[in-house]
Amino acid sequence: MFSYEFMRNAFAAGTIIAIICGIMGVFVIARNMSFLTHTLSEIGFSGAAFGVFAGWAPLNGMLLFTVVSSIIVGQLSARSERREAATSAISALFIGLGILFLSLANKNASYATSILFGSVIGISASDVQQMLWLSLFVLIVVFVIYRFLKFDSFDHTGARVKGLWTNVLSITFLVLLALSVSVAAQIVGSLLIFILLTLPAATAKYFAHTVGGMMILAIALALIGVWSGLVLSYVTNFPVSFFIAAIEAIFYFIALGWQRLQTAE
Amino acid sequence: MERAPILKLEHLGVTFPNHPVFSDLNLTIRQGEVWSIIGKNGVGKTTLMRTILHQLRPTHGKITYLPSQKDVTIGYVPQFRNIDADYPLTIKDFVGLNLTGWKLPWLSTKERAKVTKILDQTGLKQLAKRPIGQASGGEKQKAYLAQALVEAPNLLILDESTASLDPVTKTELLDLVAELNQRLNLTVLFVTHDIPMAQKYTQHYLMLTPSGIEQGPIAKLTTEKVWEGENV
Repeated sequence: MFSYEFMRNAFAAGTIIAIICGIMGVFVIARNMSFLTHTLSEIGFSGAAFGVFAGWAPLNGMLLFTVVSSIIVGQLSARSERREAATSAISALFIGLGILFLSLANKNASYATSILFGSVIGISASDVQQMLWLSLFVLIVVFVIYRFLKFDSFDHTGARVKGLWTNVLSITFLVLLALSVSVAAQIVGSLLIFILLTLPAATAKYFAHTVGGMMILAIALALIGVWSGLVLSYVTNFPVSFFIAAIEAIFYFIALGWQRLQTAE
Repeated sequence: MERAPILKLEHLGVTFPNHPVFSDLNLTIRQGEVWSIIGKNGVGKTTLMRTILHQLRPTHGKITYLPSQKDVTIGYVPQFRNIDADYPLTIKDFVGLNLTGWKLPWLSTKERAKVTKILDQTGLKQLAKRPIGQASGGEKQKAYLAQALVEAPNLLILDESTASLDPVTKTELLDLVAELNQRLNLTVLFVTHDIPMAQKYTQHYLMLTPSGIEQGPIAKLTTEKVWEGENV
């Protein structure tokens, strides 16, 4: 399997994605942003389609759209009571735009499928390098603002009282999330990216005792999902995103069951 | 010897669009004093606290922090916090959240010692590893108090933080605040509707009413006065 360059690239990319999603996912769960993450992934699809239409690499189109829209989404949905409605409206608009750009670019359905559901064979060494730099940037920013982000994510009231710039933090986080979505979409596709950004962390929440522990467990679960998904996809020739989605969902349901047992005791 | 003032409110007023909340409020709070802030819902108690916390800008008048703004550090304990019961956040971690700054993600030895000390002072040492989401109402309030105190503020605001507690837990928490007030010379603003507790634990009162503002020593706050205009 590792004799093929595309598989080596896919494993390298998958490892980077699992680490970034494990860490960012903890904050996505703490900030109740699963739905928003789903929207960003749809915006990513639209961006990739725009990239194809404009003759760019899909990742660059994704980066442009997700980063710009994350700032707009952050502004529109600063008030939580209108977050759901604003997110739905933006989501609908961007899926429509994605379809339009694909149509204008004269690309067929299989091209749309690879953007939506990801592709293992399409990842080159230079893609891996670009993902690595983007991920390092995200990790460094998270490292620098970690204490502020943790306070605001796990105790928003306390952070506001402390006088932290919670709006600036929120937008910074959304931009980091947009970058993570663009990076991770390369393998699992834009439609299923929220799986890796939500399920490993949501599962880890039930087993970990500290935020650091939740992060390590979320990374481990994401790694297991991505690596196993890649192997199973290689062996069976079925889409990798299906296996990753199934494995992460199984982990999550096991965690829910375990939690119920704990509560019942 | 008269205590030094730490907070001076002069002709303070806050007006929301077409709706004056309170106006011409004059108040001097001295180091180590314990004040109850009373008044019925909607008279502006929380608005006043948010103004003191720099979250709202006064429409009229001014607030002076003495000897200077950086000398007055404020700890705030609200009634509720939106914390998911499943968060993997122990009471110790929750208290440590308040130690922010451009620092490494993990707490230093000195910072960990600060957390341990405040957990000890608030009677939470044995519960340090309990997830905050699984703590009882009283334990949570103590954890909120510990978090507010971990940076050693000199002004503590309890914003209806005992409202949802049973009488025993309420007394326990306020006994603890009274002890900290004595030991650390902590100034306390206690926003409450609970007049007996205000009478027991505070020295002064500030009563906001739709018709005006009244203040004085707590001994002068009689039940008749409170009920006169349905003021709580």
